[in-house]
Amino acid sequence: MSKMTAEEKQLVEWLADMNEDDGVALAKRMLLQQGADPMRVLELCRTAMDIVGKRFAEGEYFLPELVLAGEMLETIGVIAKPLIKQRAGGEPQRLARVLIGTVHGDLHDIGKNIVTFMLDINGFEVKDIGVDVPVATFIDEINDFKPQVVGLSGFLTLAFDSMKETIDAIAGAGLRDDMKIMIGGGQIDETVRAYTGADAFGRNAVDAVTLCKGWAGVAA
Amino acid sequence: MSVPRTYEQTPEAKAAYDARWKRVMDCVALKQPDRMPTTMMATFWLAKYGGINNRQLMYDYEKTKEIAERAILEFEPDAPSPMILGVSMGPSLEAVGYKQVQWPGHGVRDDQPYQYLDREYMMADEYDEFLFDPTGFYLQKYLPRVGEAFEGIEEIAYLPGLQYFRLIGGVRTFARPRVRKALEALMKAGEEVERWGGHHHDFTQRMAAHGFPMSYISTSISPYDLIADYFRGATGMMKDLFRNKDKLLQLLDKAVTFLVRQALFGIKTSRHPVVFIPIHWAPDAFMSPKQFETFWWPSFRKMLLALIEGGAIPMPLWEADCTKRLETIRDIPPGKCIYWFERTDMVRAFEVLGDVVALRGNLSPSLLTTGKPEEVDAAVRHLAENVFHKGGKLILDGAFGIPDETPVENVRAMFAAARKYAG
Repeated sequence: MSKMTAEEKQLVEWLADMNEDDGVALAKRMLLQQGADPMRVLELCRTAMDIVGKRFAEGEYFLPELVLAGEMLETIGVIAKPLIKQRAGGEPQRLARVLIGTVHGDLHDIGKNIVTFMLDINGFEVKDIGVDVPVATFIDEINDFKPQVVGLSGFLTLAFDSMKETIDAIAGAGLRDDMKIMIGGGQIDETVRAYTGADAFGRNAVDAVTLCKGWAGVAA
Repeated sequence: MSVPRTYEQTPEAKAAYDARWKRVMDCVALKQPDRMPTTMMATFWLAKYGGINNRQLMYDYEKTKEIAERAILEFEPDAPSPMILGVSMGPSLEAVGYKQVQWPGHGVRDDQPYQYLDREYMMADEYDEFLFDPTGFYLQKYLPRVGEAFEGIEEIAYLPGLQYFRLIGGVRTFARPRVRKALEALMKAGEEVERWGGHHHDFTQRMAAHGFPMSYISTSISPYDLIADYFRGATGMMKDLFRNKDKLLQLLDKAVTFLVRQALFGIKTSRHPVVFIPIHWAPDAFMSPKQFETFWWPSFRKMLLALIEGGAIPMPLWEADCTKRLETIRDIPPGKCIYWFERTDMVRAFEVLGDVVALRGNLSPSLLTTGKPEEVDAAVRHLAENVFHKGGKLILDGAFGIPDETPVENVRAMFAAARKYAG
């Protein structure tokens, strides 16, 4: 990112420090009154989110900060995006495509949403296909999105079998060698990883980012 | 069940009952019991054990009692859970038209467990209303949002401030069609819930006659979890930590008063001192130590102290991994609580809390559901050798009871190993 003005630095600092009122007000002022480049403001938001992600990884921030960070980003995004004029270049290059969903029989989504958010701010192109996802939907989405990584989420113990069925079906469809599969959720551990045939499991969103960066060949 | 049945407790059964209860109470009092007590918390696992599906378990009172009785007689836990309460609620939930959960055959398949619907049942701008008048907030807003049978009850006149002939005038709202409909639906629901309570009572009496005390009967919740789970929803609550901090703290403090009142009423009517309190939002990963010590722990500690003062034995189930909380949650009077841990390392919990609380748990769900009997045996042995025989007042159980998918041979291995390695 190019050199920041004092005001831009202030915006990044307020967002990263969870000062929602001042941060969002400043972003609005920059966008609506000062005519700032919306792409630049979104870039500043991403810089702030990088700091949030680092603080989460270091154990300074927890789920509440990630949730609020997501909210701030969304609020600013809603204002900024309509102001963006079509330009060449578009979105920056993403590290890899990650397909993520909660397996069938399970409706839990908080962990999955946090992982999606963290992967997104770390440069991955993430497609979140929701909760209670049937095996056939995973196969269709894989064929369509062609992810390098598939993340299966589940909180209930019944998810162990749903994950195993999903992974077996991916293998049955001849797609298993094209991707890495990671699993996560409340009860997931090495025993469950071995049972389901996943490549790895993660205890939290930082693990998910580390795994994906490892597979994408980027230093975590 | 119109007339409650009575069951005779033989002198042998009474002796067995007393010995089992003493085993658990010795642990609470931090005295060495004659052997490591075992408990059995089973919900939809009973369907697997009894060869029926979850929906049948939810709706067939007699069948569920029969299966639960068979399980208790086979495994002989020192203190089983009141199994009818958690899994025979189908008719009651239906009668209330309860909206916060889906249950087998109602929103989820017949062979699936409950799914809680995490939503905002109270909006961020409703703190003042709840704080000013909790009962009014329940009647006007909360109850119609969470149960169909309550819909219409919000049309009852707002009561505070009504007086003299205005009070009489307010009574006319009870004749409104939607209020009548709500009151009729609630009377019907009340009858169904009474039936459910009757079957629960019948079951506990039958188990007492066999010599088995329940490990708990009444339940409660921490102030933070009450608001997070059942009012604001998970993400709503997390945002409130920043946006509505002061009002949230006020509400948490206020909730202590009514939660304690409810729980003490529960131990009085059930004549059982243990209050089971599943804990959802305390885990290490969910909030920072500072947030935990600001928002979560102070109101819960206040609640624990009031429950203890009122003669209760609180039994919080600290879900997920709470290792980083151990030093903080140590700060309660010794010999008064059972701390049940799910994923926290039990040896570590014993090291930090062994002189303060009895411990309960915690065979891992992945081991119980996918492991082999010999692996279950080894896990029980590990807990017996590294906690119980080192002086830990451990009550053996699964991390969150017996997971629904657990093969029966693994449950057999768990109870056999408890006898083999710790009496």
